[in-house]
Amino acid sequence: MIDKTVTSCKEAVASVFDGATIMIGGFGGPGVPARLLEALREQGASHLVAIHNGGGNHDYAFGGLILDGRIRKLIASFPINQGAWAFRDRFLKGEIELELTPQGTLVERIRAAGAGLGGFYTPTAVGTELAAGKEIRNIDGREYVFETPLRADFAFIKAHRGDRLGNLNYRMAMRNFNMIMATAAKVVIAEVDQLVPVGALSHEEIHTPGIFVDRVVQAERHPRVFERPQEGRSP
Amino acid sequence: MTLTREGIAYRVARDLTEGSYVNLGVGIPSLVPAYLPSDREIFIHNENGVLGVGPLAAPGAEDPDLVSANKEFITLLPGASVFDHAISFSMIRGGHLTHAVMGAMEVAANGDLANWRVPGQKVPGVGGAMDLAFGVQNVWIAMTHVTNKGEPKILTRCSCPLTAPRCVRRIFTDIAVIDVTPDGLMLREVARGLEPEAVRARTGAPLRVADDCREMDVPAAFNGVQLTI
Repeated sequence: MIDKTVTSCKEAVASVFDGATIMIGGFGGPGVPARLLEALREQGASHLVAIHNGGGNHDYAFGGLILDGRIRKLIASFPINQGAWAFRDRFLKGEIELELTPQGTLVERIRAAGAGLGGFYTPTAVGTELAAGKEIRNIDGREYVFETPLRADFAFIKAHRGDRLGNLNYRMAMRNFNMIMATAAKVVIAEVDQLVPVGALSHEEIHTPGIFVDRVVQAERHPRVFERPQEGRSP
Repeated sequence: MTLTREGIAYRVARDLTEGSYVNLGVGIPSLVPAYLPSDREIFIHNENGVLGVGPLAAPGAEDPDLVSANKEFITLLPGASVFDHAISFSMIRGGHLTHAVMGAMEVAANGDLANWRVPGQKVPGVGGAMDLAFGVQNVWIAMTHVTNKGEPKILTRCSCPLTAPRCVRRIFTDIAVIDVTPDGLMLREVARGLEPEAVRARTGAPLRVADDCREMDVPAAFNGVQLTI
């Protein structure tokens, strides 16, 4: 019998190693795997490369990992969100590297890896500093920049419901990067609000099929994901 | 007379026609929904996977899994849909959205847009700005005509790093509506009581006046401050 469930977030993240590349889903509060991230803070792996849209929030979850000095490099589109003060402090001290990529290019680079593509050409950023040094190609009279796929050792994702097969269902705006990141990492770890029996999710409400998922752990929502970004502690 | 920020948003809303699919940026563009005519069906898109955004959620009625791109708790309208980031950016990059309304630091006469990074900004962040500027059918700018120091934001050439070249179609400001045409900037409307010369004096690029240039049709409630030429 296939059983991808693990009993704790601690167990779910135990195999993360120093120097690993980790994709982290979520946009604002929705879809942030905050319990997995808190477990990773406890676990201790460092020199990590993170792929995430923003720069973390305040002093918990991804913001906490940055505050703790555990992230060597961040690949992101908007690391200047309100609450990303830990990233800002470390970046200005030269303690964290940033690879800035437009948001649509970020998700497409992840999608390309998950779909087995060797990259893609997009017009986004042609003629700007974010295309500097990259291959430019004219296709049917328009200029495109070549972008490479983004893969990871781990993806931390958050869904609403999941089963032991790794099938996942999301509420409202939780899907964001989670559905795409689930396709692009060697080990995909899903934090879910509710673990349900196989068959409880109808075929049509399975948004991420279990084939993409390696571990599923049920965890109560981290209370701080409900905060508005302007709330929460500042330094 | 200038327009208030709300007045600029009101004027933008007048030009959004039935069946528009619109992404609204932060600042003045975020004020547009309040002024959309109720007899037109217009869908607001958010980068994080929402099409059909309704009003902000009432206090106590927030859904923790439903935020705007600006991370405020929102509601959905009937017929709204939620989806992942790849679909969301296909709407943007594939040219499916009809309008993106954004703020700007600078716009050039050829439609070049600079709105993501000021020179010397120590920590950069681009978000979806470039995807919107490159991909959406009509890129409109809603901004004050000049900076806080009174310097023109509409220029012959941008000095800030570009978001995208030659992408802006129309500019709505507190004193004018200007189209970016293949022949340069064309003044379509001026704020009440102003002459085209007053707009020209505050614009850092050649400005032609349309033959049918008229006064901006915005209620007096949105009047800002009196300008002296």
